[in-house]
Amino acid sequence: MSVPAPGGQADPAAAGGAVLQVEHIAKRFGPVTALVDVNLHLKRGEVLGLIGDNGAGKSTLLKILCGFHPPDSGKILIGGQEVAIKSVDHARSLGIDVVYQDLGLINQLSVYHNMFLNRERVRWPLLSNRSMRNLARQRLDDMGVGLKSVDVPVASLSGGQRQAIAVARSVYSEAKILLLDEPLAAMGAKEAALILDLVRDLKDQGDVSIIVVAHNYGQVLEICDRVNLLQHGEITLDKLSKDTSVQELNDIVIAEYRAALEARQHPS
Amino acid sequence: MSGIAQPTAEAASASPGGGPAGNPLWRFARASGSLFIQQREATVLVVALALWAFFWLKSPDFLTSTNLSNLLSGYAAQYMILGIGEVMLLISGEIDLSVGFNFAFSPFLMHYLIDFYGVPAFPAILIALLFGVFVGWVNGFFTVTLRVPSFITTLGTAFILYGLVLTTSHAFPAPIPASAAGIGKWIGGTQSGTFAWTQFVWAVILVAIFHVVLIRTRWGLHTVAVGGNLLGSREAGIHVARIKYGNFMISGFMGAFVGLQVAFYNNTIDPSSGGFTPMFYAVTAAVIGGTAMLGGVGTILGAFLGAIVLATLQDGFTLIGISANPLNIILGAAILVAMVANVSLARLRIEGRTR
Repeated sequence: MSVPAPGGQADPAAAGGAVLQVEHIAKRFGPVTALVDVNLHLKRGEVLGLIGDNGAGKSTLLKILCGFHPPDSGKILIGGQEVAIKSVDHARSLGIDVVYQDLGLINQLSVYHNMFLNRERVRWPLLSNRSMRNLARQRLDDMGVGLKSVDVPVASLSGGQRQAIAVARSVYSEAKILLLDEPLAAMGAKEAALILDLVRDLKDQGDVSIIVVAHNYGQVLEICDRVNLLQHGEITLDKLSKDTSVQELNDIVIAEYRAALEARQHPS
Repeated sequence: MSGIAQPTAEAASASPGGGPAGNPLWRFARASGSLFIQQREATVLVVALALWAFFWLKSPDFLTSTNLSNLLSGYAAQYMILGIGEVMLLISGEIDLSVGFNFAFSPFLMHYLIDFYGVPAFPAILIALLFGVFVGWVNGFFTVTLRVPSFITTLGTAFILYGLVLTTSHAFPAPIPASAAGIGKWIGGTQSGTFAWTQFVWAVILVAIFHVVLIRTRWGLHTVAVGGNLLGSREAGIHVARIKYGNFMISGFMGAFVGLQVAFYNNTIDPSSGGFTPMFYAVTAAVIGGTAMLGGVGTILGAFLGAIVLATLQDGFTLIGISANPLNIILGAAILVAMVANVSLARLRIEGRTR
């Protein structure tokens, strides 16, 4: 599998070293300030963990990157070029794809139809089910997702398998930047391991850059090259995974919580 | 589809434990059992065949050509054709209550165009059909664009169409325009004609086409996707509105087409034909055939067989001399039984025993 680099020209991402760069992004929803001033970057082939407590602005940032919300101010650069992401479709055409927590799978459809949803192979006027089935089989095998059959409806699969299918779908839709929203939430240990392996494999292949939004610091540190901590709409920590620890991250978030509690109990 | 045999074998070998494995008779029973669970239509087919056997034993007249053409062409065909539209809509998460009044209005529209405006028969029939499609578009506009639930939208358009029929016809029947009779033979046949199967032949053709549309085309796949997970479909970039508009328009076309068929068949344009009753029969046929009201699940073939079951009950009871009055009790029970079966099937499907 290969993700085509933007054809012809010298790759600007290689020059800047970042496939995605976010500069001074701010976003308000009425009286609520969700993002104050967010700066982050994502290198090619890198897995970046985005962590932060509930309400820190993780989902807002994700939704801005995938074109769901426009930012109030700030710049987004893809491969070194500034872009104004207009819509989810536009983001997708730029190579940014999200796997939401709800996955967006159609329970009633088979695994292979889900993998090709809205990108079906067609020999007009009929669907080429056989070629889709074979390709789905092959891609899932390549990614190391062991499924007995790609003919079964996704409703019959476990949470981990469903997540794997959603990720595989995005990866094969030529996404260069993959945003995984809480991929490990509500997942058992075995299923989480499946996803962690999947992300590790993608990292080894090096074509896709990934941002993982997650709560579980242990798992984030295990698969991510680097972590960014988002607090009150700003990135307050940017460290390589090997330079930090679950303990440190926990301490920071708990300290933040304590401070907030103090402020509420003893308003000065 | 060649996919049928494969998952059956898999389901049989994959289902863990349960029963004396290895006994060939047990294996056969289990394999055929899962075939029936997987192919909802098979169950309905067995019910239909059982009913045919029952009525044939009760009355030797049942399996005559006259009776069967009456059963399949006179009763079943209209439920089948209306059922196509309803199945497409029910799968995409909507319903069309107005289709029976499209049915009532389209032959009148043809009659007005020919007799009052001097339009030749062929374009008049075409316009009558297109008006059905237009009503479908209006249903789509209110439901999709203005976000009125389709149950309410189509209830509204149903009464508007009914009012149009009664106002314009002064509630009097009209004769078939002479110039249209020639084409009419090909659309609906005639009761007194030599070939009594016209409506059924059309039903089979349309069912075959839309069965393939539903299971083997992007349109069908996206219809299931929209009804199964609206948000997920939107996230995948499926044109959700286009799918729903399109299915409303298919349903509108079917209503107008059946209206013309029935008018030609009866050789009169009757303001009391159509209405809610055939619409509800079409929905019943769909439900008996395994279509769920919540969207995402259903087959055209199921509705085809469901229509045969319904029509067999209607025709058979009359034939063996039982009053039509208890018929509704049986229909009601059939709907409930079919729904219970659907719910348990959905559970089995989620457990991975069926497709």
